[in-house]
Amino acid sequence: MNILDVKNLSVKFDTPDGVVNAVNDVSFSLGEGKTLAIVGESGSGKSQTAFGILGLLPKNGHTAGSVKYMGTEILNLPEAEMNKYRANEIAMIFQDPMTSLNPYMRISKQLTEVLVYHKGMSQADALKESIRMLDAVQIPDAANRVRMYPHEFSGGMRQRVMIAMSLLCGPKLLIADEPTTALDVTVQAEIMDLLIDLQEDFGMAIILITHDMGIVAGSCEDTLVMFGGNVMEYQSTVDLFKNPQHPYTRGLLEAVPRLDQDVDTLSTVSYDFLTGAKS
Amino acid sequence: MLKYSFSRVLVAIPTLLILIIISFLLMHAAPGGPFTSERPLPPQVLANIQAKYGLDDPLYVQLWEYLKGIIFHFDFGPSFQRKDLTVNEIIAQGFPITLTYGGLSFIVATLIGGTLGIVAAIRQNTIIDYFAVGISIGAQVLPNFVMAPLLVWLFTLGLGWLPGGGWNGGAWPNLIMPVIALSTSYMASIARITRSSMLEVLNSNYIRTARAKGLPERTVILRHALKPSLVPLISYLGVAFVGMITGSVVIDIYFSTGGMGVAFVNSALNRDYSVMMGITILIGALTIVFALLADLLYAWVDPKIRY
Amino acid sequence: MNNITEVKGRSLWSDARRRFFQNKAAVAGLIALTTIVLISFIGPYFAVWSNEEIDWDVMGSAATLGMPSFESGHYFGTDDLGRDLYSRVLQGTRVSLMVGVIGAGISVLVGTIYGTVAGYVGGRTDQIMMRTVDILMSIPFMFVIILLLVVFGRSIGMLFLGIGLLSWLDMSRIVRGQTLSLKNKEFVEAARATGVSTPTIIMRHIIPNLLGIVAIYATLLVPAMILTESFISFLGLGVQEPLTSWGALISEGAGTIRYDTEWQLIAPLIFFVITLFSFFFIGDGLRDALDPKDR
Repeated sequence: MNILDVKNLSVKFDTPDGVVNAVNDVSFSLGEGKTLAIVGESGSGKSQTAFGILGLLPKNGHTAGSVKYMGTEILNLPEAEMNKYRANEIAMIFQDPMTSLNPYMRISKQLTEVLVYHKGMSQADALKESIRMLDAVQIPDAANRVRMYPHEFSGGMRQRVMIAMSLLCGPKLLIADEPTTALDVTVQAEIMDLLIDLQEDFGMAIILITHDMGIVAGSCEDTLVMFGGNVMEYQSTVDLFKNPQHPYTRGLLEAVPRLDQDVDTLSTVSYDFLTGAKS
Repeated sequence: MLKYSFSRVLVAIPTLLILIIISFLLMHAAPGGPFTSERPLPPQVLANIQAKYGLDDPLYVQLWEYLKGIIFHFDFGPSFQRKDLTVNEIIAQGFPITLTYGGLSFIVATLIGGTLGIVAAIRQNTIIDYFAVGISIGAQVLPNFVMAPLLVWLFTLGLGWLPGGGWNGGAWPNLIMPVIALSTSYMASIARITRSSMLEVLNSNYIRTARAKGLPERTVILRHALKPSLVPLISYLGVAFVGMITGSVVIDIYFSTGGMGVAFVNSALNRDYSVMMGITILIGALTIVFALLADLLYAWVDPKIRY
Repeated sequence: MNNITEVKGRSLWSDARRRFFQNKAAVAGLIALTTIVLISFIGPYFAVWSNEEIDWDVMGSAATLGMPSFESGHYFGTDDLGRDLYSRVLQGTRVSLMVGVIGAGISVLVGTIYGTVAGYVGGRTDQIMMRTVDILMSIPFMFVIILLLVVFGRSIGMLFLGIGLLSWLDMSRIVRGQTLSLKNKEFVEAARATGVSTPTIIMRHIIPNLLGIVAIYATLLVPAMILTESFISFLGLGVQEPLTSWGALISEGAGTIRYDTEWQLIAPLIFFVITLFSFFFIGDGLRDALDPKDR
């Protein structure tokens, strides 16, 4: 059974200037333990797709379509029902680790509350488990650092904390929304390696939202390319790289700078496909 | 934290000194004041002032004497107009009253305003929200000196429910109108500030994280959103406090509550400079102490300052 | 499949103007305020009584004979002394508006210069300048203004000076903060990198970008100044007879409310309330229009 089946998902926002369609008719499915990449430039609707799945849109956002988790419809569930899936079954980490942790709460509290609430653990057990998880994401001296506040951690460390927090309940699906975008290049690689290791250890599926084609090639079975809220192309990553079907995908792939070729100008993505012209 | 507190105290002290010096110099510059002897003073008052300040001494010696009196004995010297009273005695009569209804107004404004703002933000774009926003917009144009006569018109002259003034030992019917008049506009501002900061917090990334953790809405708001949304309020509390103390002058005049305000306005009308100065400095000191407390509270709440 | 439409570029100011005029409260405020200003200047030509003239018939029985009426020519009634309230309210309106506008004007002038210098020069100068503002801000200014008024005599000039002293502090802080963030913006750095001189940068890049926020706070400062003046005048320490202001009129009306002459309170209060509302709505409208991130 697929862990997630998304059919014709669309996301709309009410704004003072009228309704904005952020995501139109997105469909994909994801098997257990598999990885799907959602690729696209800023504003292509990839993050909104993820928020829509978990019901985390702002108040003026609406979703339609179908999202089935292990065969059960979870789209637009009442808040209390949805909370049983969040963190427990589907966890999410965000783009900006600097602002995604509560600056007024100790890390310990932010981690343990997940276990206390979802698993009914005692505070002491939850703390032990949290420290174990911080160790697992390779935070040095976790037993002491757990008592610190977010501002005492670097960006990469905060993202590790976020990852630890998302894995506490052993979710079957992790949605990672550009987990490395806000980080330094060297830290980016570390975080990606960590995610891939943890995926093997925990046996979970990952939806990786990114605009970095390099990351996609290295770690994802399937790839979904989005542009302007629409799916441009959806197929296996190997085929996508070998034989991209859509002109936009070709443009994206050509825009990736390569070390083995010497060029004078870097390629930019062409939007000719919008007007129907063949590039 | 310690370093931070220390630096705040370091700013507070010169502020107070500057206030005292400005007041003292103003008093000296006053045409027709006691120091220019344009106007004959009652002999006993003159004797009191002479004894206190030594009018023949140079200015800086007088200033030093005055400062010494305030700092070491909390003594503001004799009144320039009322011969048997010192400034301290005049203040001691009214200050407890001012502090009673002022403090009560402060608590009422903070509690009701804060609650209103939080509830409005959580229930954004509902009736409750529109009600709170409506009140806070309306109350902007209802400062204490407008509220006071309107309340008397309604509750005393119209309905006959409440006494139109007097203190009566601080009995509650005498307290209601002063407290409402004094607190309304600040309650509205507090509601507005709390509402907008709560809304900002509710849209923040870390609240989205808390939601993604599957925590119930109650927990998200009480545990994650409440404290950060109250932070901007702290810096406003100092402003509100000063505003209420200032407003108490109107309350004392209009409701005859017998607080410090009457003494202040009378001294202003009678050019009783020492009483004016005494009250100004006392309120300045209160303001500064309160601002200091707010700063320390701020530091205590915000972990980034605390460490 | 491609429902992507070309988004037309809109200039910042025309965009702001459009947003402002879409804001019904702000437009209503603008209309109401214009009306009040016009009334206060044109209204006296329709007055039967001047603001100083005493109607001897009414004096002493204001509660019965001083009611608002067209026949007696006292459109808003009379005050306790038998003076025409219509003329007095219009006169008070002019004084209060003037105090508000001049107070805000001083604040814009002093605050903007002070704040821009502190923010742009930065370093130690900035520290000293802003620490001074900090210290001044923690002084209970209402009391100091009253002290000033008492020491140097109660006059409108002294009132302006006192209010002016108080008003620029907030503005300088806001302007300084804005300058500081503008100074490090890429477009300013780009200008500096391409060799544009400092005065040109300030004139062409800093000041135009400050205009919005200065306009917003100036609009909100006018009612704040009016409130300050009204407070002082309510206590009888501000504007002196025969001049009057909203605060003084409200004070008189409040004092006589026990004698069934509620129009003496209501007439000035209506002008006071409408004007304050107008300024707040215009200010909010400007803020929404010029500060799109706040929407």
